[in-house]
Amino acid sequence: MAGVQVSNVSRSFGAHKALDDVSIDFADGGFYALLGPSGSGKTTLLRQIAGFDFPDSGRIAIGGESVERVPVEKRRIGMVFQNYALFPNMSVADNVAFGLSVRGEAKAVIATEVQRALDLVQLGKLGGRRPHQLSGGQRQRVALARAIVTKPRVLLLDEPLGALDKALRVDMQIELKRIQREIRITTIFVTHDQEEALTMSDRIGILRDGRLVQEGPPEEIYDRPKSEFAATFLGDANIFRGDSTGSGIRLADGTAIAAGAGATLTAGAKASCAVRPERIRIATDVGASESNANMLRGQVSKRIFAGNNSTYFVERAGQTLKVIVQNTGIERLAEGQDVVLCWSPESTVLIAG
Amino acid sequence: MAAATASRSGLRSALPLLAPAYLWMTVAIFLPLSAMVFFSFMTELPLSGKPWAFTLGNYAAFFSQSLYLTLLLASLRLGLEVTLWCIVIGYPAAYVLAKVLKGRSREAIFLLVILPFWSNGLVRIFSWAMVLREGGILDTALNAVLPFKINIDLMYSYPAVIIGLVHSYVPYMVLTCYLTLQAIDDSLIEAGRSLGASRLQVLKRVIIPLSMPGLVAGAALIFVPVVGSFMEPRILGGRTGTFYGTVIEDQFVAVFNWPLGAALSFILLAVVLVILAVASPVLKRAA
Ligand SMILES: Nc1ncnc2c1ncn2[C@@H]1O[C@H](COP(=O)(O)OP(=O)(O)OP(=O)(O)O)[C@@H](O)[C@H]1O
Ligand SMILES: [Mg+2]
Repeated sequence: MAGVQVSNVSRSFGAHKALDDVSIDFADGGFYALLGPSGSGKTTLLRQIAGFDFPDSGRIAIGGESVERVPVEKRRIGMVFQNYALFPNMSVADNVAFGLSVRGEAKAVIATEVQRALDLVQLGKLGGRRPHQLSGGQRQRVALARAIVTKPRVLLLDEPLGALDKALRVDMQIELKRIQREIRITTIFVTHDQEEALTMSDRIGILRDGRLVQEGPPEEIYDRPKSEFAATFLGDANIFRGDSTGSGIRLADGTAIAAGAGATLTAGAKASCAVRPERIRIATDVGASESNANMLRGQVSKRIFAGNNSTYFVERAGQTLKVIVQNTGIERLAEGQDVVLCWSPESTVLIAG
Repeated sequence: MAAATASRSGLRSALPLLAPAYLWMTVAIFLPLSAMVFFSFMTELPLSGKPWAFTLGNYAAFFSQSLYLTLLLASLRLGLEVTLWCIVIGYPAAYVLAKVLKGRSREAIFLLVILPFWSNGLVRIFSWAMVLREGGILDTALNAVLPFKINIDLMYSYPAVIIGLVHSYVPYMVLTCYLTLQAIDDSLIEAGRSLGASRLQVLKRVIIPLSMPGLVAGAALIFVPVVGSFMEPRILGGRTGTFYGTVIEDQFVAVFNWPLGAALSFILLAVVLVILAVASPVLKRAA
């Protein structure tokens, strides 16, 4: 096992900067999710770590050793590709056996290890099939088994669950997490699915246009996003823009919004505040205990019922705000109704810029 | 049910498209070939006005004279050697074209590979004659560079025949291998490397097995015509250039014994078909 240190790595394709001065410390044994829009450089970053491609500048170390001169096959990594990349000329079992067999392991050892890996991904009976005879989800699991059977130091997963339906996806998430805990392998996991990133990982890194926007534990990124992009990319957020008052902002119409303690910015500068939809309370009139709370008045324009919760869209001064309310069965607000929105300063994140 | 109907009507609508090809094959290949089968069982050509009769003698001639068998074996060996050299030269070239070069340079090299295709066969062979003979281009060039005197006279030798044939046929190998290599996803190579395989191991276990269809197609396209070839052996081989193909050619253009020439051709065809039939399951298993 080993951690991975990426320090100031940049990589350009022609004039396009696919990675721009990215530094991340992937802790030994940790589960790290890389999030970002399409084309943000996630695959490119994985390829630098794997050694398929080389940074223009910066340094990558695996297990504390620089891997600048280490070829792919000596890096002892396991990779699951975005398109599976199973060998079509081999059976499922031979695909999984490939890494052990090139290493020259004994036949008997290979057979037991392959069976164990296939059982782990619940494909124990399909060893004799060819890849083209498998469903998309089964192929992904074969790719995973093939990557872990060699006991790599680092597991690189490029959207490994992308082709699965919801139920199988959740099964595989649990499975993957279990396998990862069991073999305590440093795992770097690229995904488009924010829920997947939030539930599975110890830390999350958000990439945008080749730059690392923010990284940290899921709670921290969700509760204290450092940019509007981070706030809206991971989860939903209401964004208010105005001028900084030091510990909050003043909107164009003069309304003040207070942010939580510890938030400080130079007064007068442009700033914004982000509030999660589920942190806002919605009511027909002002409650008693809301003395220090942020408060806005608006009108419900739309309500979307989603079973256990409802989303209200509230119009206010040309802005549409989103509020998510758990369905307790007590209050239901009608469309067109005037409402008051309240939330605490602690639920408000002040963002520079 | 619906699918079956659709596929049947698909065949019917495809008929007008297939018809010209089949018509052409019937007229241009099947008819002359049948005539040749007919000739091969005759004592004389009916065209010359001499009396003729049916005979098996033309086929018997092959077995009664050991020369024919010797020449056939020499031709098969020639076919095998040329095919092997075409693989040795053509496969790496195809690999570089498909997997290493990108964009403009790929197009340029591709053109160089195809060029022999577009030049006239005789011109190609005679230019080799100029290169290979004593005092020719190769001899002069090497003696200009090397400090000691060497005599290069490859003209009228077995190697000259091989060189000429390989040059003529290597584009087939490059093309068929290029097509199969092109279809191999680069991520397969990367997956192999990430699993700890060296470049060589990936080549042996993934790339070569996956490009087997191209190798086999190229080998068949080269082996068959080379075994029956006569132009290169005659011009570049001189006295050493007597092969099965040149003997057949003699029957048609020098001795005017068409029946024997036809019989020898069909024996060659039969032998080649048997070889391909025996080799194909073996190659399929290897792939
Ligand atoms: N070999 C290459 N040559 C040129 N440009 C490339 C190359 N590889 C990647 N890029 C560019 O670099 C950028 C980042 O690509 P990358 O594949 O890392 O995106 P990604 O975050 O993995 O996207 P996705 O979520 O769609 O997989 C893209 O703009 C892409 O076009
Ligand atoms: Mg990608």
